[in-house]
Amino acid sequence: MEKDWLDHGITILVVILIFTVQMLITTFLVLFERKFVAWMQVRIGPNRAGPWGLFQTVADALKLMVKEIFVPRGADRTIYMLAPFLTVFPAFMAFAILPIGPSFEFVHGDKTHVVAIQGANLNVGILWLLAMSSVAVYGVMLAGWASGSKYSLLGSVRASAQVISYEAALSLSILPVLLWTGTLDLQEIVAAQSGWNWYAFGLLLIPFVSFFISGMAETNRLPFDLVEAESELVAGFHTEYGGARFMFFFLAEYINIMTISAVAVTLFLGGWNGPWVPVQADPAGWQVALGVLYFFLKTFVLLFLFIWIRATLPRMRYDQLMSFGWKILIPVNLVFLMVLAGLVVMQEVGAWPAGFFR
Amino acid sequence: MSPTPPVLAAQARASAHLADARMAIELETPEMTLNIGPQHPSTHGVFRIVAEVDGEKLLKADPVLGYMHRGYEKLAEVRTYPQITTLVNRIDWLSGYCNEIPFILGVERLMGIEAPPRAQYIRTILSELARISTFLVFLGSYGIELGALTPFFHTMRDREKVLDLIEGVTGGRFHPNFNRVGGVKDDLPAGFIDATRQVMNTVEDICKDVETLLFGNDIFQQRTTGVGLIPLEKGLAYGMSGANIRASGCAVDVRRDEPYLVYDDLEFDVVMDDRCDSYARAWCRLQETLQSVRIVRQCLDRLPAGKIMAKVPRIIQVPPGEVYTRAENPLGELGYHIISRGGRIPYRVKVRTPSFSNVSVLPWLLKDVWMADVITILGSLYFILGDVDR
Repeated sequence: MEKDWLDHGITILVVILIFTVQMLITTFLVLFERKFVAWMQVRIGPNRAGPWGLFQTVADALKLMVKEIFVPRGADRTIYMLAPFLTVFPAFMAFAILPIGPSFEFVHGDKTHVVAIQGANLNVGILWLLAMSSVAVYGVMLAGWASGSKYSLLGSVRASAQVISYEAALSLSILPVLLWTGTLDLQEIVAAQSGWNWYAFGLLLIPFVSFFISGMAETNRLPFDLVEAESELVAGFHTEYGGARFMFFFLAEYINIMTISAVAVTLFLGGWNGPWVPVQADPAGWQVALGVLYFFLKTFVLLFLFIWIRATLPRMRYDQLMSFGWKILIPVNLVFLMVLAGLVVMQEVGAWPAGFFR
Repeated sequence: MSPTPPVLAAQARASAHLADARMAIELETPEMTLNIGPQHPSTHGVFRIVAEVDGEKLLKADPVLGYMHRGYEKLAEVRTYPQITTLVNRIDWLSGYCNEIPFILGVERLMGIEAPPRAQYIRTILSELARISTFLVFLGSYGIELGALTPFFHTMRDREKVLDLIEGVTGGRFHPNFNRVGGVKDDLPAGFIDATRQVMNTVEDICKDVETLLFGNDIFQQRTTGVGLIPLEKGLAYGMSGANIRASGCAVDVRRDEPYLVYDDLEFDVVMDDRCDSYARAWCRLQETLQSVRIVRQCLDRLPAGKIMAKVPRIIQVPPGEVYTRAENPLGELGYHIISRGGRIPYRVKVRTPSFSNVSVLPWLLKDVWMADVITILGSLYFILGDVDR
């Protein structure tokens, strides 16, 4: 089908919408985290800016933006200035491929237009996410390297080692989903999980758990926040950053958390699937809205899990982190992948009842 | 063609040598010198370590002390005995009250005075309360050092209640300055006993929470077991004391070995562990908190009626003499060597602080350890900078 100006206009609109929603959710995610953690820690949390502290993050962002931009002596100026953007850019991009709600159609003139609530429906699908999370390592690495501070350097060394190791585990826990559905297309992966056929509730629970754990490591959250372990490395790779540039790192971190949760929802928790939202060519308007709501609701549950874990666990040590990744997560995933591949082949030759576990 | 002048030849040789050296420098990976502190989030103040690190491994560490030196020993030489009580309060600022005890006992011994039983009991109760409040700080902040923030807020909440008790009696939260030569300043306020009993239940609860939620945590155990092993002979050689040496398998406790105040009337266990690692040190402090609760409860049960001040002259004049008194401070053994040449002012006061001896083991201990373990070890030794530098 040829795309006309209306299709392109719709795409641009959707992209702007997703960007806005993403920024808004990230803003409130920071607040929610502070509030939830405060409650778990018998504190009150932010409550000064706006009712219930709602504008706290906005106030913080404004404050950071008007701060002086400085470059420490001994820093590599160009890379130092560039690194925050290298981190925040892939974070935004990774979110673009996720289908947030069911696609719907509308007729304009004599043509039917399909609106997908998705930044871009790439045919490489989930690989885009892996690519973007790989690129994001550079921002962290270069930030630590270019700061010219030893603490930053140690933080970035930890970051690169940790993120690269856990990316292997992350990819390996995505693979079973791809093998099971036989496609890289996220729309199809979501559609395959319709009718309560969520992967996390079936055979793919193991990759789901491993995805969540390696996702925590990817986003440098406790118990894997060695990159910015404040009791050891002061603030890790962004020790020397201040003002708006620090804000970008902070923003990227929270967007990454949201992306990981959203990807987990898409791959394992049925995406926008839920009661009264059928997978069909032309859902009603309220069904689309409900689908979007389901998507963010599930994401929020996972985000809460992130926050909860942060308030609960101590930090792991570098060598323990590495051995956990390489000696436990990756082997478990590899074995599971082999078993699953065997199952898929058996189903194809008919040695295993089709529909079983599917 | 003239021969190369010798100076130029030497230069050529030197530059060739330099190039070789540069090659060598590029190929080897020299250690990085990392300065941890004096301003660092996990050093409890202004403690500084100059460390040689190779990636994540710390090869050698050199603690630099003295950033907190306030010269209390010298200051004590120009102050009267009651004034010095204020100074010694600030040595270990988390358990100010405990610091007064050995000093006051020393002065009393020099003067040949003994405080009446009720005053002794009040002193015991207050020093155990100070001990509990210090250990609650430890139990929380040790979690922070390992990355778990939540326990800190919970223990701080309950420590606040203990501090409220101390404030209720003395009027001060950290630095009560409550002891007088020959007794204590005031009697216990009304309702103190019931309030203390309640708070002791709270402390017991929070200790159980910390035990199950923090000490029972898998990551916590992985981070602390086998980390920072101090064998008994090393610990003794460095003069370590308190929970640090008890965790290395030596059941010394001044409260039992050389009872002062009313400790010989009370029943309590000397907590001991022979695992020698960071976990054991933290575990000992947790158990000692519970023992302190036990002591406070016994004191409340047996609290005698009577006077709180012995008969003392209005102006404290100490006869010539020399005395060394020691007490079990929360951090270890605190001792005062007081030399008097008569009069209102001591000739010399030497303070033996537990933290100073405890951190002296660090250069030996911090060899070939992980960067993260440095913080684990520092935290497990539990020193207060004021106590290290005086």
